Amino acid sequence: MNLFTLALAYLRARVLASVLQVLLLAIGLAAIVVMLLVSTQVADRVERDTRGIDLVVGAKGSPLQLVLSSVFHVDAPTGNIPHADAMALRKHPLVRKAIPLALGDTWRGHRIVGTEHGFVEHYGAVVATGRLWTDAMQAVVGAEAARGGGTGGGPLKVGDTIFGSHGLVDGGSAHDEHPIEVVGILAPTGGVIDRLVLVSIETVWDVHPMPVKPAGAGTAGGARAGAATAPDPGAPAPRAGATTPQRRAHAHDHSNGRSERQKAETAGTAGAPAGTGAAAGAPAAAGAGGPQRELTALLIQYASPIAVMQLPRLINAGTAMQAASPATESVRLNRLVGIGVDTLRVFAWVLLAAAGLALFISLYGALSERSRDLAMLRVLGARRGTLLALMLLEGLLLCVAGAALGLLLGHALTEWMGRSVPALSQWALTGWTIAPGEGWLVGLALLIGGVASMLPAVLAYRTDIAKVLARG
Amino acid sequence: MPVLEVDALTHRYGSTAVVSLPAWRVEAGEPWLLLGASGSGKTTLLHCLAGILAPSAGTVKVDGIDLATLGGSALDRFRGRNIGLLPQRLHLIDCLSVLDNLLLAQYAAGLPRDATMARAALAALGLADRAGDRPHRLSFGQQQRIALARALVNRPKLVLADEPTSNLDDANCAAALELLLEQAARSGAALVIATHDQRVKGRVQRRLELDNGMAAAA
Repeated sequence: MNLFTLALAYLRARVLASVLQVLLLAIGLAAIVVMLLVSTQVADRVERDTRGIDLVVGAKGSPLQLVLSSVFHVDAPTGNIPHADAMALRKHPLVRKAIPLALGDTWRGHRIVGTEHGFVEHYGAVVATGRLWTDAMQAVVGAEAARGGGTGGGPLKVGDTIFGSHGLVDGGSAHDEHPIEVVGILAPTGGVIDRLVLVSIETVWDVHPMPVKPAGAGTAGGARAGAATAPDPGAPAPRAGATTPQRRAHAHDHSNGRSERQKAETAGTAGAPAGTGAAAGAPAAAGAGGPQRELTALLIQYASPIAVMQLPRLINAGTAMQAASPATESVRLNRLVGIGVDTLRVFAWVLLAAAGLALFISLYGALSERSRDLAMLRVLGARRGTLLALMLLEGLLLCVAGAALGLLLGHALTEWMGRSVPALSQWALTGWTIAPGEGWLVGLALLIGGVASMLPAVLAYRTDIAKVLARG
Repeated sequence: MPVLEVDALTHRYGSTAVVSLPAWRVEAGEPWLLLGASGSGKTTLLHCLAGILAPSAGTVKVDGIDLATLGGSALDRFRGRNIGLLPQRLHLIDCLSVLDNLLLAQYAAGLPRDATMARAALAALGLADRAGDRPHRLSFGQQQRIALARALVNRPKLVLADEPTSNLDDANCAAALELLLEQAARSGAALVIATHDQRVKGRVQRRLELDNGMAAAA
C-alpha cells in the first residue's frame, strides 16, 4: 500500500470514466503523432530525393507535377519531350550531369523507369543480387519493390518475369505480351529508388509501340522486342505512316479514360509532347515526318552556380520544354500540404483541450464523493501534501496511460496508412520510426494532467476534515 | 502521566460556545464515556481531542504533548501514530480491500506496512477470512469491526469512538461495546466513547457528561 497503489485503486474504482479519459487523450495525441510522423517523413523524403538534382526538365505543364512525377514518382508526368532536344541540352556546358527518364508504366504500383545506369549511381544504390541491365527487356528492381513481389508473396528474385501496366496505380491495362526479365535487385537506400523498377530507355520504347528504329541504333534486344511488339504478325511496318493503326490496335489507355484515338492522333501530329498535361503518356516515337524518340524528363545537376540564373530561363524561353527546380517546387508543395496539416493540427489541439477539460471535470466531480475518504486519510495521519500528491498522481497516471496509448495508436495508424492507403503508398510511410517532438508530446500530456488535476488537488489539500467528518 | 490532559478547553462557532471543559484527565488503559444528547458538542469535543479541530481556547495534551505546539504535518503524523478514531460513519475506503484499509492506516501514519500485524488485528476481531473482501460487501457489524481494527492497527495510546452503538440492535450493541472495551484494554489504550445511547451507561463507570456543552465529570 502506497500512494501509487492507492491512486490506481481509485482509478480502477471508476474504470469507465478512466478509460474514456485515456482514450480521449490518446486520440488527440495520436492525431498529433500521425501529423508529426507524416510531415517529418515527407520532409525527409523530399530532402533526400531532391538532393543533387538542381533542375528537372520535362514537358510544359505544371512545374509541381513535373517535379512530383520525375523526382518523387508520385504523380503522372506532364507529357513527353523530344529525345533529340534532351540530348542537345545534355551537352550544354552548364550541365554537369543529366539523367534521362522515360516513364509511363508501373509494375504492381511501382513505377517502371526507363533510364541509364547513371540513375542508380546518382541515388547511391548498389546491386544486392544480380547485375545492372545490359539489354532491353531487362529490369533492376528496387529493394522495396522487390519485397513481396515474387510468386506466392515471396521476394522477387533474379530471373523472375514481370509485366508492366499503365498508369501509376495498379489495375491499368497490362502489357502481357511484353515480359521483362529481372536481372538485378538493389540494396535498400531509404530513398525513392527503393520503390522503382529500372529498365533501359529502349525497354520503355519497346513496350510502347516502336515503329521505327534507325538502323544501327537499335540493339539486338530492341529488335527482338520490336518483333514481339507487333500485334499483327508479319506486319512490323518500319515506317511512320503505320504508327497510328498500330497504336490503336495496341489499345493503350495512357490518359485514364481519355479517347485513345484522340491521344494517338495528338501524339502523331508532330514532335510535340503527347497531350500536354495528359496523365501517363509513355514516350514513344511518333513523328509524322520521320522517327522521333521521346523522353519524359531529364534530371540535371548544374556544372556551375551560373547555371541557376541561366539554364532555367534558357529552357523555358528557348525550347518547348519546361525547367522546374525541385527546391522551389518542394517549398510550394509544403505550402499546399501545410493547409491540410494546419487543419489537422487545430483539430488535434481541440481534441487535447477537450481531453484536458474532461479530465478536470471528472477529477473535480470525483472530489465531492472523495472528500470523506480524503478526510479519513488525514485522520489516519496523512499530510495535506499527501492528499495533493494523490490527486495529482491520479491525473498524471491517466495522462501517462493516454500518452502511451496515443503514441502507440499514432505509430500504428501511420504504419497502417503507409501500408493500406493506396494514395499514400508512394510516400512509403512507416510507423517504425520516432519523429522529433514526440518526447515533447509526452511532456505536453503530463502538463495537461498536471493542469487538469491542479485545482482538485488544491481543494483536496484544503479539505476541512472536522467539517467533512461532522457532516457524516 | 495521563494519556489525555484537557485544560480550560473552549470551542465556539462564531460567538456561541459549543464545548467548554475546565479540566479532564484520562489515564492509560482507562475507558470513559462521553455522554450527552445529540447536538451537545460530543463530536466537536472528540475532534478537538483528535487534533483535527483546533479549540478556540485551552490546551489538549496527548501523551504529554500539547497538540497546539504541533504544526500541520507533525500533528497529522502524531495523530496517525497515537490516536485512533472510530468515526460514527465508518469511512472505510471502499475501493480498497479490507486488508488494504488497514495497510493504508499504516501508510498514512508513515509506518512500515506490516501485513502480518494487520492480519493479526483482523484475526483478533474474527475477520481473518475477510481480508480480501471489499468493505461494502460486508455487514454493518463486520464493517464496524474493520473500522475498529483500523483504529487500533497502529497501537494508538488513545482511542476515540463516536457513537459506536447507535446503529446496532440491543444484542449487537452489547457485543460491539464489549469488543471495543476488550480491544482497547488489550492494546493498553485509553478509550473515550462518545454516546447518547442509554444502553451503554451501565457498562462503563467513568463518565463525562456534556450538557449544552458544559461538562461535568461523574
